[in-house]
Amino acid sequence: MNLLLLIGLPLLTAVAVLLSRNKEQVKWISLLGSMAQLALAFMLFFIFRNERATGNVTQMLFEQNYPLFSSLNINFHFGVDGISVAMILLTSFVVVAGVLVSWNIEKMTKEFYFLLLLLGMGAYGFFISLDLFILFFFLEISVIPKYLLIGIWGSGRKEYSANKLALMLMGGSALILVGILGLYFAAGRSFDIMELSKATVSLSYQHILFPLLFVGFGVFTALFPLHTWVPDGHSSAPTAGSMFLAGISMKLGGYGCLRVATYLLPEGAKEFANIIIILSAIAILYGAFATMMQKDLKYINAYSSVSHVGFSLLGIGMLTQTAITGALMQMVSHGLMTALFFAVIGMIYDRTHTRMVGEMGGLMKKLPFISSVFFIVGLCSLGLPGLSGFVAEMTIFMGSWENTDAFHRIATIAAAMSIVVTAVYILRAIGNTVMGPIRNESYLSLKDAAWNERLAAIILVVGILAIGIAPGWLNDLLRPAAEEIMNRIAGN
Amino acid sequence: MPNVTAIALIPLLPLAGFLLLGLFGRKYLKNSSGIIGTVLLLASTILALYTAYEYFFVYGKVAGVYEKFVPLQLTWLQFSPGVSIDMGLIIDPISVMMLVVVTFISLMVHIYSLGYLKGEERFPTYYSFLGLFTFSMLGLVLASNIFQIYIFWELVGVSSFLLIGYYYDKPSAVAACKKAFIVTRFADLGFLIGILILSFSGGTLDFSTLIERLTSPETNEFKAAAASTFLGASALTWGAALVFVGGAGKSAMFPLHIWLPDAMEGPTPVSALIHAATMVVAGVFLVARLFPIFSVAVPGVLEIIGWVGAISAIVAAIIACTQTDIKRVLAYSTMSQIGYMMFALGVSKYGGESGLGYTASMFHLFTHAMFKALLFLGAGAVIHYVHSNDMKDMGGLRKLLPITHITFLIACLAIAGVPPFAGFFSKEEILLAAYNNNMAIYWIALITSGITAFYMFRLYFNIFWSKELPSYTKATKGKEGGFVMMLPLVLLAIGAAAAGFIPFGEFVSSDGTVLHSHFDLTFSAAPVILGLAGIFTALWLYKKQNDKPAKLATSLGGIYKMAYNKFYIDEIYLFITKNVLFNLIGRPAAWFDKNIVDGLMNLIGNITQSISEGIKKVQSGKVQQYAIYFLGGVIVLAVLFIYIWK
Repeated sequence: MNLLLLIGLPLLTAVAVLLSRNKEQVKWISLLGSMAQLALAFMLFFIFRNERATGNVTQMLFEQNYPLFSSLNINFHFGVDGISVAMILLTSFVVVAGVLVSWNIEKMTKEFYFLLLLLGMGAYGFFISLDLFILFFFLEISVIPKYLLIGIWGSGRKEYSANKLALMLMGGSALILVGILGLYFAAGRSFDIMELSKATVSLSYQHILFPLLFVGFGVFTALFPLHTWVPDGHSSAPTAGSMFLAGISMKLGGYGCLRVATYLLPEGAKEFANIIIILSAIAILYGAFATMMQKDLKYINAYSSVSHVGFSLLGIGMLTQTAITGALMQMVSHGLMTALFFAVIGMIYDRTHTRMVGEMGGLMKKLPFISSVFFIVGLCSLGLPGLSGFVAEMTIFMGSWENTDAFHRIATIAAAMSIVVTAVYILRAIGNTVMGPIRNESYLSLKDAAWNERLAAIILVVGILAIGIAPGWLNDLLRPAAEEIMNRIAGN
Repeated sequence: MPNVTAIALIPLLPLAGFLLLGLFGRKYLKNSSGIIGTVLLLASTILALYTAYEYFFVYGKVAGVYEKFVPLQLTWLQFSPGVSIDMGLIIDPISVMMLVVVTFISLMVHIYSLGYLKGEERFPTYYSFLGLFTFSMLGLVLASNIFQIYIFWELVGVSSFLLIGYYYDKPSAVAACKKAFIVTRFADLGFLIGILILSFSGGTLDFSTLIERLTSPETNEFKAAAASTFLGASALTWGAALVFVGGAGKSAMFPLHIWLPDAMEGPTPVSALIHAATMVVAGVFLVARLFPIFSVAVPGVLEIIGWVGAISAIVAAIIACTQTDIKRVLAYSTMSQIGYMMFALGVSKYGGESGLGYTASMFHLFTHAMFKALLFLGAGAVIHYVHSNDMKDMGGLRKLLPITHITFLIACLAIAGVPPFAGFFSKEEILLAAYNNNMAIYWIALITSGITAFYMFRLYFNIFWSKELPSYTKATKGKEGGFVMMLPLVLLAIGAAAAGFIPFGEFVSSDGTVLHSHFDLTFSAAPVILGLAGIFTALWLYKKQNDKPAKLATSLGGIYKMAYNKFYIDEIYLFITKNVLFNLIGRPAAWFDKNIVDGLMNLIGNITQSISEGIKKVQSGKVQQYAIYFLGGVIVLAVLFIYIWK
């Protein structure tokens, strides 16, 4: 399968959106384009599985390599392994849902959809790139649209939030750029991930470059204490913006932490693993406790994202195959779940014009569909079996427990304690919004979800259930890829 | 051999009901949803009875011992070679017995609810939740893998949450369902860590392999687990103890019981099913499932289990004497009876005659399911009639509700341990097991059985005798519930009266061999006399309305007040969550994030900005100025090159 299709299709869709004449055209072109992309992602998944089933164990499949600047050894090098396939699937789910929930955007519709599609394209390009230069290029493509999405279509303190987000992410990018260049020179002038994964980088370089790259990508995925763009960014972003931010952008960071920092600099990873574990355990618990005190639904999900994403970083820091598999599962699961959560918050806000937990109540009566989805996503967040969050968290716990020393055990137990705190804040949010008596008479005239909202929610719920009920397929996809990374870390 | 299809269908039929009614019920099946749910469950019950018959009388016994079968095991999530979460079906005496109990009680509740919740707007939702619960509970009892049981354990928890919160617009119901979920979640944290420890020690998640490896001291796994210690206890001890914490939470053992009385906010049939007969015994079931590990590998933990059970039994019984909400009385009585089951396991040993406690515990679980479900459904009929939960709104109902009265009386006699009703037999066995192993627990149990008889008959006399029905409730009086509500009462009453005659030891014992129970009249005398004393005290105090109970309460003073306020355990919890979790951790964390961490980021931003403000002046656009900077730079570099680097 030609991977360039994955970038080409969103690009074409985006161009078509620019050329279209009216809002209806814009919306339908975006929807059809992203649906086609979803179909393409499924095709990729099945073809990939098929290849693997027929015994093709090459690490990267469908590789393509064209020189771009031969003098600098920069190439268009693309290829996918199980991790990329999973991330591409996740992205296409979130993009379709994001397009659907933005159906009623009135202001500058064309530009809005163009930016959404561009952001999606950046993510697809990022996940299939095997050349650090190209990978960085796509990473940046996905940052700029976020600034505009928040700055133009946002609400509240949107300029402040947009600036903060862009500056912090740019700061992260700067670290990444320095790290990539350092790697380029340290490993004999190559940006190629596959070549770099075989190159030997001296210990002292690894110890310098690993923190640069890990922290750089860590900013994207809300590494404690560099997570502060998350709450403000989300609260100001439009619904689809929040969905993309948490569902896609944060995953770019997690993917980078693993594929670039950890995979290419294994000695650095081993050196700093304990610090990662401490930071992520703090993020998990501290994020959860901070969530408990929030009153705005978006802040609740933003802080809980800090806590949940902490699990993927914890899994990476644990450096066992199972834990890394779990970390990747958590990325996919959290991407779907948090996108759905923001979508539901958006739906509620559109109707009640408030996001304050204390002002709602009894939404179940008039909004049964939205409320049920809220229930499902809340239960997913608190790790109920049958939904995706449980599978990911349990895999991380099982993997973490394979480290037998007291430090890792205590960190695991600390992280596990969050399952109680999560239950507290999720049930508090559900109890005060969906359940309880109706506090506002005007809510009696609310209308339940429209077709586009229903479709968006159903698509994401299906994703969550597909992982939660039958996690085998995702495990099969991620485990071999995690094994390659572990082999590199173990030094064979 | 076990019939896989039939067994798999037992949980799958209620699941089908959940999906069908949950997805389409509200729109298309508004009126038929109750019938659909009930019919599916009837099929499940028949299959469960068929499975029980086949197991106990056809293929289960191999060379005089009931074998354990695992007819189906599918890998659900593979962690590493040998360690995977499997979805399997385990068929052994306790799982088969639980299949019968769960499906039968659930069927009774399904039928009863047809009348009790008639005309409810959210009828389909109710039945779909019941289906979800039944599915999860059956999955729990059939689990062949310790992680599988955890999965269904959580699902049971969430169905309980949904059903307690069924009246979601009632603030007290919302509070109760949150409380139930969070308290049990807290206990489940222990369960989860226990699983991690045990599965890591045993190198497997599979029940049979795990038990095999962790009970024979020769295996490497056992040696490693017993050798590694933490805070003075072996890994095995920690693992088993933490797993029990999970069980204690679900089974409302002291001090994790605080959610159970509040859970009575749910519809009464739900209380009968979940919070009396099935879900709350999951903790007992879990200990029974892992019993070989507890009794062989970590007898110290088993002793703790015994004490936790005994303390729960007596504390709950004392509180039950003072409560006036009839459902709360029954809730505390449930906790007390589960305490019996728990300490019966605690005083048991593995294998042969010394495994009497194990058999007794399972026997009591069985009989208790009958009479407690009956008590709740009877209470439901009363509540349905007087529209109140409080004793003060009741009285003299024996003539108005004749069927309810008789069946309720049978249940009371059964729980009080009056021969020949069911509770007598199972309680006798428990007392005998305690007598043989732990005298202190025996005395606690004996006293508790007297208190039990007293508070049950306090309840009975207050509802059916005492004063005439207060006039304000008379105004709303209708008829005793219809056929669908009375049928379950009668069937359960037959169970509560006759279940004691089942020779339970023949079928269920710790190691699968036959255990003959023998009764000794002299031994039975003490508990029966105490029970009768309790009944007559209640008769004397409550048969007619008088001021004796009030006088008694005043004369007991502080003790009465303590018990009435449930020993202030709720207040202690409230204090901890409010002052420690929220004010001491949550609030500072949120403040710290907003002001310190984020403040630091903003500070960096501001510093950068002011630096750039300063540098900005350098870019003046004046060529002469640039030339001076240029010159200065050249000089500095020249100096550096000449003097420093040479």
